[in-house]
Amino acid sequence: MIELENVAYSYGGGELLSDISLKLAPGSFHFLTGPSGAGKTTLMKLCYGALLPTAGHVRLFGADVRGLDRDDIAQIRRRVGVVHQDVKFLDHLGVSENVWLPLTVSGRHAEAANGDLDELLSWVGLTNRADALPPELSGGERQRAALARAVIMSPDVVLADEPTGNIDWEMSQRLLRLLIELNKMGKTVLIATHDLSLIRATKAHVQARVLRIANRRVQLAGADL
Amino acid sequence: MIANMKYLRGLIAGDRQADRVVPPSGFTAQLTLFAAAAMAFLAVFALALSLAAGRLADRWGDELARSATLRIVAPLDQRQAQTDAALRILETTKGVASARALTDADQQALLEPWFGPDLALDTLPVPRLIEVIENDEGMDAAGLRLRLAAEVPGAVLDDHSRWRKPLIDAAGRLRMLGWISTLLIAAAVAAMITLAAQAALAANAQVIAVLRLVGATDDYIAQAFIRRFTLRALSGAAVGTGVGLIAMVLMPDASDAPGFLTELGYQGVHWIFPLLIPVLAGAVAFAATGTAARRTLRELA
Repeated sequence: MIELENVAYSYGGGELLSDISLKLAPGSFHFLTGPSGAGKTTLMKLCYGALLPTAGHVRLFGADVRGLDRDDIAQIRRRVGVVHQDVKFLDHLGVSENVWLPLTVSGRHAEAANGDLDELLSWVGLTNRADALPPELSGGERQRAALARAVIMSPDVVLADEPTGNIDWEMSQRLLRLLIELNKMGKTVLIATHDLSLIRATKAHVQARVLRIANRRVQLAGADL
Repeated sequence: MIANMKYLRGLIAGDRQADRVVPPSGFTAQLTLFAAAAMAFLAVFALALSLAAGRLADRWGDELARSATLRIVAPLDQRQAQTDAALRILETTKGVASARALTDADQQALLEPWFGPDLALDTLPVPRLIEVIENDEGMDAAGLRLRLAAEVPGAVLDDHSRWRKPLIDAAGRLRMLGWISTLLIAAAVAAMITLAAQAALAANAQVIAVLRLVGATDDYIAQAFIRRFTLRALSGAAVGTGVGLIAMVLMPDASDAPGFLTELGYQGVHWIFPLLIPVLAGAVAFAATGTAARRTLRELA
């Protein structure tokens, strides 16, 4: 699905990430961990084509990102659901419209009219917030709305960057259960987090691999977690 | 059939939806509307000027080129004889369709605006005028002058070219100025729309980032802006054109006194031209927004 081969990335002042090789197989569940500023978000961005590697190759669904034009990237984003660290919505549209935004922009707006949306909203527990505007939502509601938006296109891969960053433990457990459920439906999931207890809680439910960024490289973390 | 209807409904709903992804912008929208309206209003007059100047140049060129005047300057007692001689020569001159000596009454009417109605024309040595109308071949003015010089010493031929040419030149220049003004107005509309579109794109950078993230293509995002600015320019220009045309229609009618001012309006088919202004403004806005949007989007992630 997503393949990184000897990838390096630098923002200009020295390399942030170097010599990273990584392969996200279909149906796999990965955590990405590491200290703040280690490059978790950068690695995520490399995985959905928001950044181009300064060295090495990133292949998304078999295609090298360097060979893709902006429309190809847009097509790939429809197959990759992304939950951002600081979730951005269109603040002038209600929650339900934001959730089906991926359908709208890909010309499949008609599909939003059927029952799937209601089902999705109740799945993330936002049924009675469907008409609220994004600024009115709490942190947890924003994260769940973002997750709903990320999966509405039924993507092959879900990338979540600190999805539990600013919500309480109970809410993060709930969000995690949603992600585990998605993984059981066959989606590839990659979650960036520095919350080790979250990783432990997950491991009880699903075969998850933990990748750790240290010294600019990604290592497979051992069983010590 | 039902599936088609459903698809069509979805398409229309989708379009409406696409318009909504960019937040509405009240104040700048009004400014764009106003600027488009003002430009269209000016364009109505610039266009009228061009068309009127063009008509004027054509008319002067056409009417005057086909006529000449023969002036018989002779003592009163010889005037009639020389006039008859001149008319005889003109009758046999190639290229002359008709020649007519003006009567005293005609000349009185011509001089009246300058000397008043009480002028006793017969006591003055006013030259007799002969109006010469040329046919399509045109006459040989130099040859005619030679013949007249031999037989009618008091005849002076004026083929109008001396004062016709600068007038036609002036009208032509006026027409060019009108067209340049129209072009400048179109360019100003393009510049204004580009600025407004760029400001809107910059103000909506976050919206664009969200749309890109969820898989919107550049074309889709650009469409939302293009549609918006095209509609604004179109409706603004429609209002401006409407007001301009009303002003044209209400312009004081002075058709009894032929002159330049009465010509400054649209005539016949030319009424179609100002109606094209909104369409043109829309087209200009469409192109300008498209260019601005695509350029700005390439720079955003």
